[in-house]
Amino acid sequence: MSVTSIGATAVHVDAEGFLTEYDEWDENLAVQLAAQIGIELTDAHWKPIRFLRTDYIEQGETATLRRVSAQAGIPIKELFSLFPGKPAKKMAYIAGLPKPRGCV
Amino acid sequence: MTTVSRTAPAVIPDFGDDQPTGRKLAIICSKGNLDMAYPGLILANAALGEGIETHLFFTFWGFDMITKSRMNDLKFTMLGNTATHMPQGLGGLPGMTAMATRQMKKQIAEIGVPDVPEFLQQIVDSGGHLWACRMSADMMHIDENDLYDPVEGIISAADFIEKTEGAQLLFI
Repeated sequence: MSVTSIGATAVHVDAEGFLTEYDEWDENLAVQLAAQIGIELTDAHWKPIRFLRTDYIEQGETATLRRVSAQAGIPIKELFSLFPGKPAKKMAYIAGLPKPRGCV
Repeated sequence: MTTVSRTAPAVIPDFGDDQPTGRKLAIICSKGNLDMAYPGLILANAALGEGIETHLFFTFWGFDMITKSRMNDLKFTMLGNTATHMPQGLGGLPGMTAMATRQMKKQIAEIGVPDVPEFLQQIVDSGGHLWACRMSADMMHIDENDLYDPVEGIISAADFIEKTEGAQLLFI
């Protein structure tokens, strides 16, 4: 675990750059995290990100793509277009959470 | 005295956007048992979630996974499967396959994994491609109307090999 700077904020991250401290995240930071990976956050992006934050507290682990789709009611296709390529990992990164560990 | 900053330059995960690998995965699904339907679906879904172009080719018994009249009704049997660690004779008793199937479906649902038709839909929504085997269709007298709608076509083995040039291949 190391400390890195996101904008003016110092945060703890793992070797890949995912935040490791839930409480070091806020929505301003999310905007900067998203910008680092080329995503400009819109209302459509915020819905799954806020879901992930809440769900993590309740479940103790990061929701998988399927769980985000099923529980937050967002079509899989939409998640792929909002977070192209690797949607589950990108959402987790922006939400300041570990990568999802579930298979499905 | 100089102050040394504790913070290193920003570490940003590599999501592979700058250098697409062009990785492709081809999965041949040849089994129609409930338990053997899942490995291909799970791996296809995982690959798509990693941004990998994924094709599934359904052949022989694997046709049950994409045949409308059967895809909701795949079964699991203890017969011939020593990994259940139950006496083989038990598996042949009336009703055992139905019971084993119910139990497996329940266990799958409990961990939040969808049933076969819904899983296929998720794969299609994630950009996966579904193909049906020409020879199996001819043998079983099945045409497009019998198949799950998102199946893109009934194609020959040669067509599939052509479509999946350069792909990593899994036979299940």
